[in-house]
Amino acid sequence: MYKPYETTIKNQTQTLGEKFADISFSYVFFITILSFMGIVVLYSAANGSWEPWALKQLIRFGIGFVLMICLALMDIRIFMRYAYILYFVTLLLLIVVEVSGHIGMGAQRWINLGLFKLQPSELMKISLVLALARYFHASTLQNIRTISGIIPPALMALFPAALIVMEPDLGTSLMLIFTTAAIFFAVGVQVWKFVLVGAGALSVMPIAWHFLHDYQKNRVLTFLDPERDPLGAGYHIIQSKIALGSGGVFGKGFMNGTQSHLNFLPEKHTDFIFTMLSEEFGMIGGVLIIVLNMLILVYSYSFALKSASYFGKLVAIGLATNYFLYVFINTAMVLGLIPVVGVPLPLISYGGTVMLSIMASFGIILSVHIHRNIQIGKD
Amino acid sequence: MNRDNDKGKVLIDRSYIMIIVKLALLLIIILRLYYLQVFQADKYKMLADENRISTRLLIPPRGIIYDRNGVMIASNRQNFQAMIVAEQTPNVQQTLDEFKKIMPLSEEEEAKIKKDLKRNRSFVPIKIKDNLSWQEVAKIQLKAPDLQGIYIDEGLSRDYPFGESMAHVLGYVSSVSEKEAKADNDPLLQVPEFKIGKDGVEKLFEKDLRGRGGSLKLEVNAYGRVMKEIERIEGVSGKSLSLTIDSRLQQKAYNLFKDQEQSGAAVVLDVNTGEILAFVSAPSYDPNAMAKGLSGKEWKDLINNERNPLSNKAISGQYSPGSTFKTIVALAALESGIVRSDTRFSCSGQMFLGNHAFHCWRKQGHGSLNVVEALMHSCDIYFYEAAQRIGIERIAAMARRFGLGSKIDIGLENEKPGLIPDKAWKKKRFGESWQQGETVISGIGQGYILTTPLQLATMVSRIANGGYEIKPTFTKVTDKSRIKKINISQEYLDVVKQGMYDVVNIPGGTAYRSHFNIRGMEMAGKTGSTQVRRITMKERQTRVLRQDELPWKYRDHALFIAFAPYDNPRYGVAVLVEHGGGGSSVAAPIASAILQEAIKLDIVR
Repeated sequence: MYKPYETTIKNQTQTLGEKFADISFSYVFFITILSFMGIVVLYSAANGSWEPWALKQLIRFGIGFVLMICLALMDIRIFMRYAYILYFVTLLLLIVVEVSGHIGMGAQRWINLGLFKLQPSELMKISLVLALARYFHASTLQNIRTISGIIPPALMALFPAALIVMEPDLGTSLMLIFTTAAIFFAVGVQVWKFVLVGAGALSVMPIAWHFLHDYQKNRVLTFLDPERDPLGAGYHIIQSKIALGSGGVFGKGFMNGTQSHLNFLPEKHTDFIFTMLSEEFGMIGGVLIIVLNMLILVYSYSFALKSASYFGKLVAIGLATNYFLYVFINTAMVLGLIPVVGVPLPLISYGGTVMLSIMASFGIILSVHIHRNIQIGKD
Repeated sequence: MNRDNDKGKVLIDRSYIMIIVKLALLLIIILRLYYLQVFQADKYKMLADENRISTRLLIPPRGIIYDRNGVMIASNRQNFQAMIVAEQTPNVQQTLDEFKKIMPLSEEEEAKIKKDLKRNRSFVPIKIKDNLSWQEVAKIQLKAPDLQGIYIDEGLSRDYPFGESMAHVLGYVSSVSEKEAKADNDPLLQVPEFKIGKDGVEKLFEKDLRGRGGSLKLEVNAYGRVMKEIERIEGVSGKSLSLTIDSRLQQKAYNLFKDQEQSGAAVVLDVNTGEILAFVSAPSYDPNAMAKGLSGKEWKDLINNERNPLSNKAISGQYSPGSTFKTIVALAALESGIVRSDTRFSCSGQMFLGNHAFHCWRKQGHGSLNVVEALMHSCDIYFYEAAQRIGIERIAAMARRFGLGSKIDIGLENEKPGLIPDKAWKKKRFGESWQQGETVISGIGQGYILTTPLQLATMVSRIANGGYEIKPTFTKVTDKSRIKKINISQEYLDVVKQGMYDVVNIPGGTAYRSHFNIRGMEMAGKTGSTQVRRITMKERQTRVLRQDELPWKYRDHALFIAFAPYDNPRYGVAVLVEHGGGGSSVAAPIASAILQEAIKLDIVR
């Protein structure tokens, strides 16, 4: 009988209890602190009420937490074994969404399963990392360094990325590309290939520009010059900077953010939650968030390096990169460093799908750590 | 295996690079936070305050205007307004329909309400109807359950209790025009509902009456909704004013015109100080309606009215003084020494200059008269002769000494200077030399001479007070000793005053019918009527048409200047009735009634 939560290495069996004890307490602690900071801000965003956001977010965190622990205890070889199947199932779901989106009205990014909404693009971020990790795990360095060796994994990334761009969701699509690029870099694809592709991408940019939606063009133009349209597209970023700057070092205090409470700050509970937090808790609050995220990254990488399997290493690095991209893009966006791209701040922004997918990622990274001593063959 | 080790080593090496890059990028985020929240914090704090704090001006109550007895003649009235807040009613249209059951709304009003509702956010109160009466307020409050979202708001609006009788004194307040807003940098003028004085005393004393605006700092959200009050700085109320007008006399004088449907002007002065006791221009307009705002049609009616209710005839109307000017000619003649009080001229009904005939109003003539008799009968020939002998320059100089020919400058809009012609003026104006005939007709106040009723009141007051150079004013005169004396002999003034006494009090005087018998309080005066058309030769030969046979606008202007009491003058009055016909029949009775009222009220002691 196959027991996914018990693992045998060299005739030594890791029991469920042993695995549980092996969960990195610090890692889980950082995640929990971040999530609770988010809940506090959501409570403030609703003018001191658990409704409509804080309570729901707490429940989602609870569900996500359970999901994380379950995945952490799962044998890493299971992720390896089902990586391709998961990838293809996710791809299929993406196609379903794309097709039904065309039939229905406008952009639809999820499949409504009644209890929760399944967003295939979110799931793809995990599935793709697993599939790529499995691919490279089986590949050789020579193969990786040839063009033909990186065409299959490139296609594995480009196909879903193209589907997601059509949804249209440029942000998620770009994140998928960046994550893939990071994995390519990690496995040893030569730097000159990145330079070449980067140069190629820059040269086709003017053409790609024509394919962008007006609102996407606006976001880029507004980023380049926020004063261009201070009441329209530039409004968000200007108000965000005012909220942040006026927070100062110590912030205006819990529930005292004027920009957010008087609604000058848009999307204060989702994409711009970092702004609201920094307005009320000042630079101290903002830096705390960043430092916690740095710690999560450092831990994730140390888990990766401790893993005995190439697959495990790559999965941890890939998922950590995906997480990092969320954090960096979101904070850089609200600080006016990059265009507004509609990426939430994971664990903190209100939203169920991202919470679940990120907690799942952390679960898998923890699993890599727990199963660090397992050697995995190439088959 | 070896190859696998290489592969693993590459992964580890590159992992180190990646983590360093990631940490570096997050460090940039921290630096950016530092830049915004420490380095630029002050700038953004200011911007955040600009966002959330909205400053509103508080309109100070306008100064009250009182008459000389402390009666309010311009005040601030509680203005009850019905307002609606769209978000507080489930169905705006239904609520408005309910409201209309209590109080009908015109289509125009309803359209405006709907436009306002559409243009503003749903929490902004929109005015449905203002100037509600107590009864209407009570009705609305009774029906409150059906009128969700409607409430009663109290504001201040300007009220003129004496209405149109006082309009040409007080003027009115109205919304600020773009031009006015540019010329005055008082921030109050930027407040949409703020009103400023547009005419009359309201405009003259605008600065005093306005006061200083207070301010209210409010915290507002991104949609402009007020969240709370942060700070309130009270303004300074406008200064109250007391005018020299006596509201009782003013009303009496105005009603004398109104009851007879006459248009014209009357100015009553305290002869010893120049204080304006009554200041009438008729017809008038309703300043309360002006303050509320007139409809386009109401405006048109006012502007197109041939009797010109908007024009202040007391200062803007320029009329030939007619025979009232004979007082000045008599003074000039006496002072010249060419005519003495016992000099007699003979009137045969006409006089020739070259082959041009000048007529007396009395076709059969007056026979031989001295100056007092000539004034009493208003003989034209006598003053033709006198004017011809003394010349235009002496007449003009005397007229100017008594306040004619230039603006008195009481501060109101559109005061006109009138015109006292002389040789130099004619040369300059027409490039022609003065004609003798022009001097002759000037002797009876015709020709180029123009005066305003205010000037005539000034003139008669200066004659009555013994030659003191009073200036009409709306504000109390505290120091009479500063009024200069005109250099003229009392003897000449007494002669003219005697003539004016006889006009009223001796049977045969042109205004005898208007005399009154209040012992020791007799009125003295001088009639005048001025043609506004030329009497043709043919008409003279057949029969001059009676005034009531002519259409209104071709009738003569009727004038009367008077003072009382004769022995100890207190009140000077000038009455002009536009196209009223004869001075004796129309203007004198009005002046007489005004002076009797003033004496009865004992305004000036």
